[in-house]
Amino acid sequence: MGLRLYDYILSGSAYKARLMLALLSVPYETVTVDFYPGEEHRQPDFLDHNPAGTLPVLVDGDLVLTDSSAILAYLARRHDPSGTWLPDDAATHAQVLQWLAFSHRLTATAGAARLHDMINRDLDVDAARRGAHQAFRELDGHLTERAFVGERFLVGAGPTIADIACFAYVALSPDGGIEHDDYPALRTWVDAIKSLPRFIEMPGIHALHGLRDDNPGTVKSSQAAQ
Amino acid sequence: MSAQATGNDPARDEWYAVGISAYLRSGDTRETVLMEEPIRIMRGAGGSLSVTRADGTNCPVLERYGHVWTSLGKPDHALFDIPEDVQAGRTLVDCGAVRVRCSPLRAVENFLDIAHFPYVHTDVLGSEPHTEVQPYKVHVEEKSDEVWATNVRFYQPQAAKSAEGGIVTEYMYRVPAPTTAILYKTCPPRPGEWDIITIFVQPLAEDLCDVWPWMALFDDGNSVTDLIHFQQMIFLQDRAILENQMPRLLPLDPKMEIPTRADLTSVAYRRWLKRRGMTYGAQTEAA
Repeated sequence: MGLRLYDYILSGSAYKARLMLALLSVPYETVTVDFYPGEEHRQPDFLDHNPAGTLPVLVDGDLVLTDSSAILAYLARRHDPSGTWLPDDAATHAQVLQWLAFSHRLTATAGAARLHDMINRDLDVDAARRGAHQAFRELDGHLTERAFVGERFLVGAGPTIADIACFAYVALSPDGGIEHDDYPALRTWVDAIKSLPRFIEMPGIHALHGLRDDNPGTVKSSQAAQ
Repeated sequence: MSAQATGNDPARDEWYAVGISAYLRSGDTRETVLMEEPIRIMRGAGGSLSVTRADGTNCPVLERYGHVWTSLGKPDHALFDIPEDVQAGRTLVDCGAVRVRCSPLRAVENFLDIAHFPYVHTDVLGSEPHTEVQPYKVHVEEKSDEVWATNVRFYQPQAAKSAEGGIVTEYMYRVPAPTTAILYKTCPPRPGEWDIITIFVQPLAEDLCDVWPWMALFDDGNSVTDLIHFQQMIFLQDRAILENQMPRLLPLDPKMEIPTRADLTSVAYRRWLKRRGMTYGAQTEAA
């Protein structure tokens, strides 16, 4: 029995799962959920799968995962024989967990501002934007230090699930009125992730244009979901 | 803007979609904004709807095409007709509003533009190198005073959710009201019929709008959720472009932008707006 992803096309958190599945070339089945405008995630059928009513949900046999970081960790452990996406080494592993926790701050700030601007979600958008800029400054500072030692990604020697977890709501932030102009290291890192083989897009996140034709590994999200 | 100052703004006498009918159940209230004015939509216990302003006065209200419609003025015309609404076999899809920081008129104009497909909706509604817009026809229908673009043909890798593989899609565009655009497109599962995709634009301010896409499709095998996701994917690709257009207001002065042949519909739309004095969201003189 294969993997099943409960998905919403505009969800940044669901995109984390889609992106990881694509990067690892893992086939899966999509169940689309009418998050907006239908609010299907608040209906009894969906709440049976996930009482918290959040997306995405990954189902593998009896296993039901409802947190995007847990989904990334599971996919890495289960489908990445190289072990590089979630390294075993104690310090590196702990740093990955730290950035996974940090990624939830991005969801709560940059992600919230996007929902406000895009579908008129009722919240304090100024506070959300301030929080996002604070988080972006921290991320940009860290990535600048990483660049000094010749590293392009958040942790260790290559891309990890920490990068995927943090990437989504950083890349989508212009949808919520948060631009990347003041964060040069962040921009370079976004491009580094977009350069990964088998990278996929979502509405609001474009592939690097030059790679579209040259990189046969880059596929569009609409095709990857089929 | 000058027209508003005099109180004769024809934009106030237009009908605007301000909510989805099905999501307003008895006892529900929705607060929103129309042309900078807060309004409240309420569905009473008997199912009837009212739209009121901050001062308590009522606005005209009607329900059609899945949406609630109202006006700040006195519309002297019925809401435009979309006969496909009642055609048997069509799935009617309410897609929900997407907020865009742009002029309501820019949202309509972008919807009418075919040339952007390969660049904005890459590998879905268009693809490189198939970027050429074939000659097409534009006219203003005299009787109904609507802008129509016909004989539009474009190569599309995945024109609709139900399309498998690339096809040359034929289109028509119809502008029945200043902030409504209807797209008719070849319907892969039903040759001879047209799928229709519509945007109803609710002007919140001159540079801010809620766009309500609505569809009436013949579709085999796709769930309504899949259809909504497809439409939202397309529309969110447009949103980033719309929010970065300059100037924010739609220029109606022909001196301001140089159109190409592919922009024929846009030129006709802008002239038509100008003739109707529809300047809310427009820039009428070169700054």
